Amino acid sequence: MATQPATLERGLIAVRLPDSGLRQDVRAVKIVWHRELIRFWRDRRRIVTSLLQPVLFLFVLGTGLSSIASTGSVNLRTFIFPGALGMAVLFTAVFSAASIVWDREFGFLREMLVAPVRRGAIVFGKCLGGATVATFQGLVMLCLAGVVNVPYSPVLIITLIGELLLLAFTLTAFGVMAAARIQQVQSFMSLFQMFLMPLFFLSGSLFPLTNLPSWLAVLNRLDPLTYAIDPMRRAVFSHLNLTSATRHRLVPGVTWWGWHVPTGVELAVVALMGLAMLAIGIARFSRPE
Amino acid sequence: MQASSDSTLPRSASPQTTVELAAGRPDGGPAVSVEGLRKSYDEIEAVRGIDFEVASGETFGFLGPNGAGKTTTINILCTLVEPTAGTARVAGHDVLSERRAVRRNIGLVFQETTLDNYLTAEENLRFHAELYAVPKDQTGERMRTVLDMVGLWERRASLVSTYSGGMRRRLEIARGLLHSPRVLFLDEPTVGLDPQTRASIWGYINDLKGREDITIFLTTHYMDEAENCDRIAIMDSGRIVVLDTPEALKAGVGKDRVQIQTADDQAAIAALRERFGLEAAVHDGAVTIAVPDGEEFVPRLFAELGVPIRAVRVARPTLDDVFLAHTGATIRDAESSGNAMNRQMAAVFGRGR
Repeated sequence: MATQPATLERGLIAVRLPDSGLRQDVRAVKIVWHRELIRFWRDRRRIVTSLLQPVLFLFVLGTGLSSIASTGSVNLRTFIFPGALGMAVLFTAVFSAASIVWDREFGFLREMLVAPVRRGAIVFGKCLGGATVATFQGLVMLCLAGVVNVPYSPVLIITLIGELLLLAFTLTAFGVMAAARIQQVQSFMSLFQMFLMPLFFLSGSLFPLTNLPSWLAVLNRLDPLTYAIDPMRRAVFSHLNLTSATRHRLVPGVTWWGWHVPTGVELAVVALMGLAMLAIGIARFSRPE
Repeated sequence: MQASSDSTLPRSASPQTTVELAAGRPDGGPAVSVEGLRKSYDEIEAVRGIDFEVASGETFGFLGPNGAGKTTTINILCTLVEPTAGTARVAGHDVLSERRAVRRNIGLVFQETTLDNYLTAEENLRFHAELYAVPKDQTGERMRTVLDMVGLWERRASLVSTYSGGMRRRLEIARGLLHSPRVLFLDEPTVGLDPQTRASIWGYINDLKGREDITIFLTTHYMDEAENCDRIAIMDSGRIVVLDTPEALKAGVGKDRVQIQTADDQAAIAALRERFGLEAAVHDGAVTIAVPDGEEFVPRLFAELGVPIRAVRVARPTLDDVFLAHTGATIRDAESSGNAMNRQMAAVFGRGR
């Protein structure tokens, strides 16, 4: 087994590393991102299993409750659709972040942490990877648009993809920030079990934000998911033929003390939260033991 | 001195060139130098002030039981843990202030595996090459070189999850070498492997010395493995108790080890003290005595001990004896008693001989 090929002569094989710098960090971001994609592809079952929940919500809940829901001319499934997109992204993004804890438990995190690159590059690559994978998952969900009467308009699809990507990045950053402190996959999972459903339910994915009691309105405004679901629903509804009264009732938009928050601000809220959590995550990972 | 340095002192570099050389190839300066290094975790002092130097190209071993502070020291040298006090330089760079430069110059093989089991061997190496910024045009060739070296080239496309423990360890060694580090750290490189695989891992490590310009820094608690080192530092309870070549260490003990199995160990120990004036102790299940000339001693022992002897073993000094002489315990004793063993047994193998 221990053959000694002729190429193994002294000097021939040594490589010289270039000086550390931004280009090296970019390479690190790219390879960490790439690994995330390879692993996602290799585990295709995950693509199916993590779609199960949003599909259940969309079709079972959306169909079952449609007889008692007063969504007027709009099908309840159409109404829930943006929320189902968000849900698909939510689960995949958090699952991707959980892989950091997994990597820690199985040692691979160490290989990344001793590399001569900024820790920020690794954390950023991880967030990008998680965001890409989660957006892809949202995209699969997006294919079902026609089934729930949402038109396949290129403008709508591009808008939704952009919004999903932003949401996916923020959610991955949220997971990565938490993962920095958690040693075991099990504790990570139980922590997120606690968070995921409240995040989803409070976001208004399943109900319009009209006439909410104040306790629910407050909780809803605090949920980061709200600021991603609302723009997506606005985008979907702007491509439907509806009376302005129906639209107003079902998609009233988010308000802060009576001020109507524009889409741009909503998305900025999501982006800022993502960046803040990314920064915290990087700081946590940069601290030596 | 400056004028004559070219001809008479080819290895001493002028201050200007040191910087340049230290970042790249070995220059004869120490690969590792450590001064007054300490590390405390809350109340536990894992490393209690150690000093040593490792020359470029040397194979240097840290020998000691689990919990002696070996891994903590390696983690400090690898910039993974910050020392409480003292300084350490690796490949000419300070482990605290030049962390990134240190990391570029070291390869690491940890006790626990750090491979991604869901990637192939090739993908694991590719990942490493990108993280360490190995020039793209050299990555392919270098990957082939290191995989060939550990005999895994044919299996490069297999998922690591299909690898055996020995193959994983070999892959980790290959990966540690991928970026041509100046110093390769091996933390217990063969722990948990069967004897045959251990031997083959050592085959690769020894091979490596002939092929690469590299300093190897390893920790082990296997005595026979420590014999492969140029120099050994014996570590116990956070301190280096002795540091020398294996030969010098063994010569320093100067005594053979005689071990006897008796019907009554306590009576045998008492008899040895009364009739021979020797201090004996039970190590590894046998009454153990250190005497200058073991073979001549055994006939006397049989004739005069007065306690029936079932079996006898005479051994030349090994590193085990060195360890015993300097710490008062065999390495197995030290492991089983969790390091808190009473050390007055040191008297058995007199110090400083």
